[in-house]
Amino acid sequence: MLPISADFQQDYFSLFGLPLRFQLDRNALEQHYRTLQTQVHPDKFSHLSQSEQRLSMQWATRVNEAYQTLCSPLARGRYLLSLHGVDTQEETNTAMPLDFLMEQMELREVLEAARRNKDMAALDNMEARVKLTVNELQQQLALELDEKQDYATASGLVRKLKFMEKIAEEIGAAFDELDS
Amino acid sequence: MALLQIAEPGLSAAPHQHRLAVGIDLGTTNSLVATVRNGISVVLNDDDGAALLPSVVRYTVDGSVQVGLPAQAAQNADPQNTIVSVKRFMGRGLKDVGDVVDLPYRVVDAPGMLQLRTVAGVKSPVEVSAEILKVLRDRAERSLGGALVGAVITVPAYFDDAQRQATKDAARLAGINVLRLLNEPTAAAIAYGLDNASEGVYAVYDLGGGTFDISILRLSKGVFEVLATNGDSALGGDDFDQRIYCWTLEKSGLSQLSANDTRLLLTHARAAKEQLSEHGQTQLTAVLSGGEVVDVTLTREDFYAMTQNLLARTLQPTRRALRDAKLGVDDVRGVVMVGGSTRMPQVQRAVAEYFKQTPLTNLDPDKVVALGAAIQANVLAGNRSADDWLLLDVIPLSLGIETMGGLVEKIMPRNSTIPSARAQEFTTYKDGQTAMSIHVVQGERELVSDCRSLAKFELRGIPPMVAGSARIRVTFQVDADGLLNVSARETNSGIESAVTVKPAYGLQEDDITRMLQDGNQYARDDMLARALREQQTEARQLLEAVDNALAQDGALLDEPAIRQIRTCMNDLSSIVDGGDHGAIKHSIEALNQATVNFAQKRMDQSVASALKGHKLSELEN
Repeated sequence: MLPISADFQQDYFSLFGLPLRFQLDRNALEQHYRTLQTQVHPDKFSHLSQSEQRLSMQWATRVNEAYQTLCSPLARGRYLLSLHGVDTQEETNTAMPLDFLMEQMELREVLEAARRNKDMAALDNMEARVKLTVNELQQQLALELDEKQDYATASGLVRKLKFMEKIAEEIGAAFDELDS
Repeated sequence: MALLQIAEPGLSAAPHQHRLAVGIDLGTTNSLVATVRNGISVVLNDDDGAALLPSVVRYTVDGSVQVGLPAQAAQNADPQNTIVSVKRFMGRGLKDVGDVVDLPYRVVDAPGMLQLRTVAGVKSPVEVSAEILKVLRDRAERSLGGALVGAVITVPAYFDDAQRQATKDAARLAGINVLRLLNEPTAAAIAYGLDNASEGVYAVYDLGGGTFDISILRLSKGVFEVLATNGDSALGGDDFDQRIYCWTLEKSGLSQLSANDTRLLLTHARAAKEQLSEHGQTQLTAVLSGGEVVDVTLTREDFYAMTQNLLARTLQPTRRALRDAKLGVDDVRGVVMVGGSTRMPQVQRAVAEYFKQTPLTNLDPDKVVALGAAIQANVLAGNRSADDWLLLDVIPLSLGIETMGGLVEKIMPRNSTIPSARAQEFTTYKDGQTAMSIHVVQGERELVSDCRSLAKFELRGIPPMVAGSARIRVTFQVDADGLLNVSARETNSGIESAVTVKPAYGLQEDDITRMLQDGNQYARDDMLARALREQQTEARQLLEAVDNALAQDGALLDEPAIRQIRTCMNDLSSIVDGGDHGAIKHSIEALNQATVNFAQKRMDQSVASALKGHKLSELEN
């Protein structure tokens, strides 16, 4: 039997046998993730040699990293762009459209008010609203990346998603805060 | 072999000897050991038929150590030298243990972890726990008739890095090879899941003697995937006892009790709590050392009222875990109850109300964790399990480092699946800065002062550059035990310096040696014999593993490569039965070295075969 070389450097999509696309089959991803972890997880190697244990740890770590990246739309978009040689400049490029920034400021004000008033219902509403925006951004991102291959526009969308993820995190923290 | 099951037809692995491995539940109140016998997980009893070993250790003047029932029997008479609930002190400093004033010990503060002054000297919680583990190890080895290959030790899912490290150190001190640290709720899920062949989302509500965990798991086609975990590592049955104790003091108009009286009343409080699980009311009667008589009636209603907010403190992490898992109460198919404290009717009622379903209690809540740990230990030791399954666990708390202004930059978020690695780049803030201090913290809060400090180290030798131009890459690696390693290096200059830290509270090899040498001559000889046996066990295991690997995948290597490995194997085989523990160790290392390339090829093949599997399944779809 000829060994088939599995390249440790291969991209995350290929690792799971998925096409290089933003839109992905979540079921296939999960299924392939489990199949791969079943092969490489340290629990399967703990009685073997040190070299095999070390390799298994590296592989399992990589498979987890790949899975986390592909699961998150933000990380997936950013990663796909990096494969196309595009840096999303999330730290440096802060030139966002005015209407988007206005919306961000408004969201933050609503969040602050909800925290101040310990208003769980307001947080619930916000969460739903953010989810909706995130979904819209994802659909646009799929269009720009998979259909139009317009990576500059896609980069802008990733930066927007990053803002939305940050606010979603803050909503989560506010839930925790009100619950304590 | 469990791993690379890609053998050609008719080329199956040779049958091997059953390896002795156990699961140990090192509990706050009780500890247990279990093993898989004839394919069934069973708890191992002591000579008197008792499964539970009270987690109580007593040090005496003559230097002997009592563990379990005899120690428990002496706790009221000798409270200062009789350590109960030591798990609460694992990896904890004095300031972490708020209610220590109510405990009858002479506590010594020490860097990283508090210590306890006993008649036999100052003892660390790690040493006290090691005494409990030694008793369980001996019980298992006597019962199974041989040396253990290793053990899976369970820890609360919400244990932080310090508490995990301390637990692992205790096991090493007890001469136990730790196959894995396993989260208690996950262990329980294994015992339940494999028993009932369940699929879907399950919640494990684990209220033990001193810790509370909630884990949300998805069971699917033999994979146990922890979606989120949360908890409180200082909340458990002990707190319910404390409530009764405080209530009793108030009711009897008492204050400032002696150590003996405190312990006496706490013991009675616990008995009263247990009574109330069966009866509507109970009488708490005790005579204190000064002759005062305590005699109070406690009803269930009063008990429920005084512990209401303890229950609320379990539901808050429960809500958080569900939120983190992005699930609602309606998504949960079953709720598994774990831990002796879930016997309290008010706990069962509160959980049933929250989850809108009757929780599962068909496995003994005291034993289920050890039973699950044994199943995992059996697999990790390399004994073939009937059905192939996989466990994917997470870290309970976010990991990060301190940045300017005492703020935390999170590098690895909570509920990341392990093993996991994350890297982040940082830079210098002063021109010509040649060193950078890296402070690793664990927790969810924004301020460093609100999180737990794990380690501090310095990266030196950064080439002088303009502020902001150095690139310091900090990498966090969490292994399958949930233990963290951090390294940092400057990548911009091409000159790389790297440092790997172990948190400061972890025991170094030297500490272990010193602690062992502090013991008596008999213990030392015992240790040497044990070390030799362990090396021999490891050597035989490795020989068998390599032999099987060659039988399966020898085709991946050319003749000279195979010859080289065989030579190393022969060297090891020829000395494995001798008494030279150093030589065996050396030969093991040589064989490990010789198989690096082979391991790589096998892993490549294995991953490739998994990928090939995808392609096939896609065609089928």
